Amino acid sequence: MDSSVLFGAATIGYMLSMVAYIAYLVFRKNSIGVAATGITVVSFAAQTVAFAMRWVEGYEMGLRSFWRPPVSNLYESLVFFVWCLILGYLIIEFRYRNRSFGAFITPLAGLALAFIEMTGMSKEIQPLLPALQSNWLLAHVTLSFIAYSTFGLSFGTALMYLIEKTERRTEPAYVFWTVSLGALVVLLLAMGADFTKFHVLASTPEEMKSYLFRATFKSGSTAVSMASWAGAAVIVGLIWRYGYLLKRVVVSFNVSAGLLDEITYKAIAVGFPVFTLGGLIFGAVWADQAWGVYWSWDPKETWSLITWLVYAFYLHARFMRGWRGRKVAVVAVVGFVTVVFTYLGVNLLLSGLHSYGSIG
Amino acid sequence: MERKEGLVDRVWGLFASVRFAVVLFLLIALTSIIGTVIEQGAEPEKNLMLLKRLFGDSLAPSAFRLFESLGFMDMYRSWWFVSLLALFAANLIICSIDRLPRIWRLAVEPVRPISPQAADRVAIRREARLKGPPDAVRDRVERALGSAGFKPLHSPDGEDGYQLYSQKGGYTRLGVYITHLSIIVIMLGAVTGMFFGFRGYMSIQEGYASDVAYGRDDSTHRLGFAIRCDDFDVEFYDLSDMPKAFRSRLTVIRGGREVLKKVVEVNSPLRYGGYTFYQSNYGMVPDAEGYFILKVRGPSGDAVTVNRMLGESFVIPGTEIVGTIRDFSPALAMDDSGRTYTYSGMMNNPAVYVEFSERGRERYSGWILRRYPSTWRLPDGNLVELVDYWGVQYTGLQVRKDPGVWLVYLGSGIMTLGLCIAFFTSHRRIWVIVRREGRHSAVTVLATANKNRQAFERRIERLVSRLSGGSDG
Repeated sequence: MDSSVLFGAATIGYMLSMVAYIAYLVFRKNSIGVAATGITVVSFAAQTVAFAMRWVEGYEMGLRSFWRPPVSNLYESLVFFVWCLILGYLIIEFRYRNRSFGAFITPLAGLALAFIEMTGMSKEIQPLLPALQSNWLLAHVTLSFIAYSTFGLSFGTALMYLIEKTERRTEPAYVFWTVSLGALVVLLLAMGADFTKFHVLASTPEEMKSYLFRATFKSGSTAVSMASWAGAAVIVGLIWRYGYLLKRVVVSFNVSAGLLDEITYKAIAVGFPVFTLGGLIFGAVWADQAWGVYWSWDPKETWSLITWLVYAFYLHARFMRGWRGRKVAVVAVVGFVTVVFTYLGVNLLLSGLHSYGSIG
Repeated sequence: MERKEGLVDRVWGLFASVRFAVVLFLLIALTSIIGTVIEQGAEPEKNLMLLKRLFGDSLAPSAFRLFESLGFMDMYRSWWFVSLLALFAANLIICSIDRLPRIWRLAVEPVRPISPQAADRVAIRREARLKGPPDAVRDRVERALGSAGFKPLHSPDGEDGYQLYSQKGGYTRLGVYITHLSIIVIMLGAVTGMFFGFRGYMSIQEGYASDVAYGRDDSTHRLGFAIRCDDFDVEFYDLSDMPKAFRSRLTVIRGGREVLKKVVEVNSPLRYGGYTFYQSNYGMVPDAEGYFILKVRGPSGDAVTVNRMLGESFVIPGTEIVGTIRDFSPALAMDDSGRTYTYSGMMNNPAVYVEFSERGRERYSGWILRRYPSTWRLPDGNLVELVDYWGVQYTGLQVRKDPGVWLVYLGSGIMTLGLCIAFFTSHRRIWVIVRREGRHSAVTVLATANKNRQAFERRIERLVSRLSGGSDG
């Protein structure tokens, strides 16, 4: 058995646990919650073993030195992000003895894993190009993803905070969280549709590498794509219309807004220094060692700085009168959106813009 | 000092405010996005194409002119963006100067016994009742405080009791300012590099030396010493075309003497005389003629290394067999029908075609590939290994002189320290009031922490339970 089998099992496990956590929130049955935690813990253990196996495999294939953990390409880094996110989530679940966070955090893991499947990125253990053979880069990538996962946690809890703290449909904060949650749900559903169409109903055509959104927004048929956009608008609209119901659900799990604010802050208070050191400083040191430029304002670097500024905004805004609470929670949500853009958007959208090619 | 209405004070107040800081964060973040969409320092045609896609053909030229006048094509160097960064620096300095005296006092102020009024406002408060009068429990309270890491001071004993009090980590209040300082240090380093640094490029052919680097605008820059490229080589993963390492063997020559030798790889630059040389790229020099370095072994097993040019011959030691180099391919491959062809202009898989003859009679001929040892063995058992085709490649080196880079590293170190202090430590104060209550002592534990109060509260909880647990048992 090689690591990919276990990774696959963990992926399915995480998808199941995401469904279970959402079901737990809806039906409020303790047995579902226990099952969700159980599936998550087992999947996490499977992924941990798979991670160790992949590490050894890379070494045995002679492609990587023994000191190089498998975190060096897009696939490996996304999987590592999921691992950190789930670890952080489990810590929160056990620490605060509450499972309601799961429904808001495991979908991020689900999205990352679905993204891997849909885009058909290479899962091979690849040898490292000369520029990537650097311990600074290794530290940079590892710490960045630890930080990203803490930002992911704060995204989930900040969203829950906004759910608890708003109820009028005209409130800007209410509109903000319903649209954010709506976008998340739409993304998940669209990926689910892709999976159903290209994996369950038919196999993926050989020449189609990425089938992300091919069943919906980027479908060949204009009617399907138009209908998808309309459907997305309807879903966001429904969540906006009935979002206040979610407030009762979240409140019924005894998570106070104060606790959510505290977890959000703590996650960012861990993530921010780690991101500064790993994301910005180690990245700059690596660039300096490899190319002789510690900062060159390239899109990736600039977006990292933007992310850093958004979280710096969050940390400072907490000390401003009238900002504590809802407004800073909005900033925490925006922060994670910039994280996702820094990591995926820059590669997918901006580099595509520059090379004048579309994304597969 | 307290003139509220003066313009200077108003400006000072603005620069010292958190609100101004977050507005700057937002402005810098938002404007930075422009430069990630519009390619910086690119040829005008490229961005014109982009603008056509964004605004349509008719609007694109005027949009281009507008963007150019705003400096969007090189925005991180534009006057307005640099001004934003300067405002940011001013904000950092002024707000730190504004707050530091007060924070400094808080940091160094010794902790004093707490007054009853102040005690009412303290956030963390726990009570316990201990057996025995205050004097008898003093040791136990001190030990409990000690095990929590506090060295308590004593208030003079009053009629019905005393106070023990202590604090830790007063200086951790400075963490935020250390972080602010580090940003200024990094900015100073960047500015130093901008004004006194040099960034350029040089390419050196194998066997040649150069003492000139070229700047961004093709200006020449004399190094004051020469760099010679002794060899350049690419190592691949097994038989693939995936590069594993780019290596330049460089020698520094100063005043005609070799002063330093170093193998430069990506991530492992050469540093000399204030300059740093980074492996950047490589290539073949057009029309260059180099030497084929061959290791030849005859029947006796003795190997000799020979250097020959294209068309030249060599003898296999101990025989009368003569090899003549007839052809060369930098990257030889074979198609399905067995025909050979060159698949790359780079030396990915170098090969030589050698004809062998003995006393004028042709014996055999064939390709010898550097990466395939099976091709080195000739039909008669002799061995010809292609070691290198030397003298035809050049190495491209990025040259940098940046007298500010140590400041950037120093600032990064300070920032790490500052952030760790700011986020992972706190200023904690504790007061234990012990009062006589008949034959018992009423103990009130009061505590404050400027950060992460919950964690401190849990520690106080443990401290109190240890105290009262001891009394019951």
